[in-house]
Amino acid sequence: MRLRTLFRRNRMSAELDEELRDHLERQIEDNLERGMSAEEARLAASRTLGNFALVRDKTHATWSWGALEQFARDVRIGVRTLCHTPGFAIIAILITALGVGASVALFTVVRGVLLRPLPFPDSDRLLMLYEHSSPNAGSGDSPYNVVAGGVFAAWQKENSSFASLALVRDGSADLSASGGQLPETLNRANISWNLFPTLGVNPALGRGFTSSDDSPNANGTVVLSWSLFKRRFAANPSILNHTIYIDAKPYTVIGVMPAWFQFPDSTVQLWTPVYHEIPEDIISRLDFHMFRVVGRLKPGVTAAQATQNLSIISQRLHNSQPDNPFISGAANSRPLLEHLVGDVKRPLYVMLAATGCLLLIACLNVANLLVARTAARRKELAIRTALGGGRMRLLREHLTESFLLVTAGGALGLVLAWAAVYWLVHTRDNMARVGAIHFDGVVAVFTVGVVILCALFSGFISALNTGDKQVLNALHESSRGHSAGSSRAHLRKTLLAIEVGLTVMLLTGASLLLKSYQRLRASNLGCLTQNVLTMHINLPAARYKMPGPATANFFETLLERVRALPGVEAAAFVSAAPGEGYDGDFGFSIAEHPPLPRGKGTFAINRSADPGYFAAMGIPIVRGRTFGSDQKLDQANEVIISQSFARQYFPGEDPIGKHLRIMEKKDLHVIVGVVGDTRFSIGEAPQPMQYYPLYAGDQNDGTLVIRSSRDVEQLAMPVQKTIQEMDHDLPVSDVLTMNQMIGKSTLDQSFDAALISAFAVLSLVLATAGLFGVLSYIAAQRSGEIGIRIALGAQREHVLGLMLADGLRPALFGLLLGLAASAATTQYIKAMLYQTEPLDPAAFAAVTALLISSAALACLVPAWRASRLDPVRVLRME
Amino acid sequence: MSKPSDLVQGTLDLLVLKILALQSLHGWALSQRLKQVSGDVLQVSDGSLYPALHKLEQQGWIKAEWKPTENNRRAKFYSLTALGRRYLNKEAANWERISTAISSVMRLDEV
Repeated sequence: MRLRTLFRRNRMSAELDEELRDHLERQIEDNLERGMSAEEARLAASRTLGNFALVRDKTHATWSWGALEQFARDVRIGVRTLCHTPGFAIIAILITALGVGASVALFTVVRGVLLRPLPFPDSDRLLMLYEHSSPNAGSGDSPYNVVAGGVFAAWQKENSSFASLALVRDGSADLSASGGQLPETLNRANISWNLFPTLGVNPALGRGFTSSDDSPNANGTVVLSWSLFKRRFAANPSILNHTIYIDAKPYTVIGVMPAWFQFPDSTVQLWTPVYHEIPEDIISRLDFHMFRVVGRLKPGVTAAQATQNLSIISQRLHNSQPDNPFISGAANSRPLLEHLVGDVKRPLYVMLAATGCLLLIACLNVANLLVARTAARRKELAIRTALGGGRMRLLREHLTESFLLVTAGGALGLVLAWAAVYWLVHTRDNMARVGAIHFDGVVAVFTVGVVILCALFSGFISALNTGDKQVLNALHESSRGHSAGSSRAHLRKTLLAIEVGLTVMLLTGASLLLKSYQRLRASNLGCLTQNVLTMHINLPAARYKMPGPATANFFETLLERVRALPGVEAAAFVSAAPGEGYDGDFGFSIAEHPPLPRGKGTFAINRSADPGYFAAMGIPIVRGRTFGSDQKLDQANEVIISQSFARQYFPGEDPIGKHLRIMEKKDLHVIVGVVGDTRFSIGEAPQPMQYYPLYAGDQNDGTLVIRSSRDVEQLAMPVQKTIQEMDHDLPVSDVLTMNQMIGKSTLDQSFDAALISAFAVLSLVLATAGLFGVLSYIAAQRSGEIGIRIALGAQREHVLGLMLADGLRPALFGLLLGLAASAATTQYIKAMLYQTEPLDPAAFAAVTALLISSAALACLVPAWRASRLDPVRVLRME
Repeated sequence: MSKPSDLVQGTLDLLVLKILALQSLHGWALSQRLKQVSGDVLQVSDGSLYPALHKLEQQGWIKAEWKPTENNRRAKFYSLTALGRRYLNKEAANWERISTAISSVMRLDEV
């Protein structure tokens, strides 16, 4: 019955008409039978029934779903009124679309990356485990250090808290040319055989590793990622059990992981068993920190208990060798999810907050527009109220209107959000968990929630403005309205002040991030960056025996040939160029110094470089000289240190001629030079560095740097050809100029700064437009008053000043509000800033200047217009 | 209907239900019957009859059916549903109680 009433309304209306007509006809017939004339009979019948239309409407009203019908009517009225002012409607819809679009897009990303659990069964029981190291005689401790293989073995054997523990070590792999495909360098992960079971994932094809695969003597086995399987092996399952060559060694393909599986990150394309890959003497050491450890907690064990359990084991290991300061004495843990997304967490939340501000500004703007409309329709509304239009009814119309606007804006915003997410996922495909970003039910609920909130917010704020008390005033004013306006614009001014305040917050955040980004880009790596090309080479240990002359000879010949290429000004080889990352460190002791206290040690970043490296990269040799030409193979016994090394470990003495003793090299090394500091990573302070001769023959991978006086990128092909000529199965990777590399490593910061700036500019535009609108409105309302003032002799400059002050007051108030709020909130982005204080006075000053000038500009036009009013025309208009 | 409606409205509903309990009728016949049985004491305008009928129909107490009548015409006949009958019985008893009470109060006045 009820549903019939809902869906067959037209039919029911027709039937009602027929029923009522039938009644009339029967009454007429009856009247005729009683002897009335035809005319009389009709009139009498109509009289007894009453007003036909009224009866029909009253009956109609008894049907169910009346509220829905009413709503439909409200929507119809709303659409019609909005269509009368298409400009207003379009602006409001666009503003909302921007606000909703930005916040839905960001929420989608936040949900995918941060909130959605990892796609592993019981993923809340997965922990990333670290060593908590504090070995330093020098600087502070590292609470989240990577784990040494020997420590892992002990943890695995002795712990009682974990169902399983697994090792992961990122690395690269050179895939040999095969089947017409070129050799290439891929990211790989060396993992213990139980990593996949620990995570709870099975290969999509074939099998995972077994413990027998994961040993030094086993045959090589490899599991492929789905993308590699598809790209390089045409998704042909017959590749299973076939042999491929990685780093010139044979591996049997035993499995392919499912397409969604990415671990530790999306760049890893194949997995190999760690105990097969890493030499036993390294993986068994207690002080060679190089692994990530994933653990799955036993049911009922907390992370804290488990970490405590591991710490006790570490403590015992630490105490068993008191002479070795590099064995950590404690363990640490973080949820796996937090480890994977830790870097993007804060920027994403900051971004989400920024979009929240933008959304709020959009709402305020729409509310402001609605208030302006209400004000313009005051007389209409007053007359309707006076005629008995219910307050609820007017409020409902109001809400319907804002609901319509916001819904249309929200729908458009959803499209924008979709486009934004698509763009983001494709431009930031290296972001952690970018694959987990999808629109889903939660996002849909979020969108609907945002839209409803916005509609209620802007609807109620504007409805607040139509109080009962105003009805009489409005009607009074219809005769003469000289003093109208300023009081009624009060609400709009308040809204504007809030809007300006939010804008100031966004502007401050943006200017801080921009400044920090500029500082970051300008930060000196300590070497030449113009026209420097870098490329990565990894000589496979299977063909280049190490340590030995093979690698040294290769590098020496390579550099000779590259230097001979036309256009090459300088070329050199280093294990890691400035800005390429930490790479590794050596613990050392200084032979000439008294021994350090027991259990304490010193370490510094180490590099292997050829003698021409410092000249090629423009790293100044401050004292001494570069490596001698005799520094080869077993003869190598020289070391060069950086300035900060000298400052920290040789304060007040000459380091030249002193000797370093390191565990990794047999002999004492004599310091022959001190060179300028370089940064291992842009945005990190320079750290002490020790350089060892490349031709010692114990380094098989690193970066070839080429410097030219002209466009160095043109040298990329000839150099790669030279490498191919020397070894046709040697892939070259990461061919980048230094500037590109810096750009790549500052991508996050530039992205954050650009996005926040875009939001800030957008809200500045919205706030300025709002200011302009309000002042124009006030000016129009007060035109009569101003006309009289001018007629009575008021100076036009005075009028201009009056109007300007009127418009600028909410802006200034908002500015103060915003500055105060910024001062309180910029602390939260402190971790994202580089060499920039959260309360940077220059940034705050710049924001203030920008805001005041835009506000003045927005107010100037209506104020100037008001001051130019022709009093005669204005007064005649009344 | 859960909330008590005003007396006239409620009374009209009750009268309609009672008449339809005896036989199914179309609107006009029902209005004639109403006038007839109440002896013109209860002035029910035809105009308020239809909203009442439709409301009762929406509430499921009566159901309507289009049936052919004389001269090739058709009319909407209303009849009581089981639900309506239960409601009528309850309300009739209620009415009895109230009217008895009111009558006895009125008689007090006469003494």
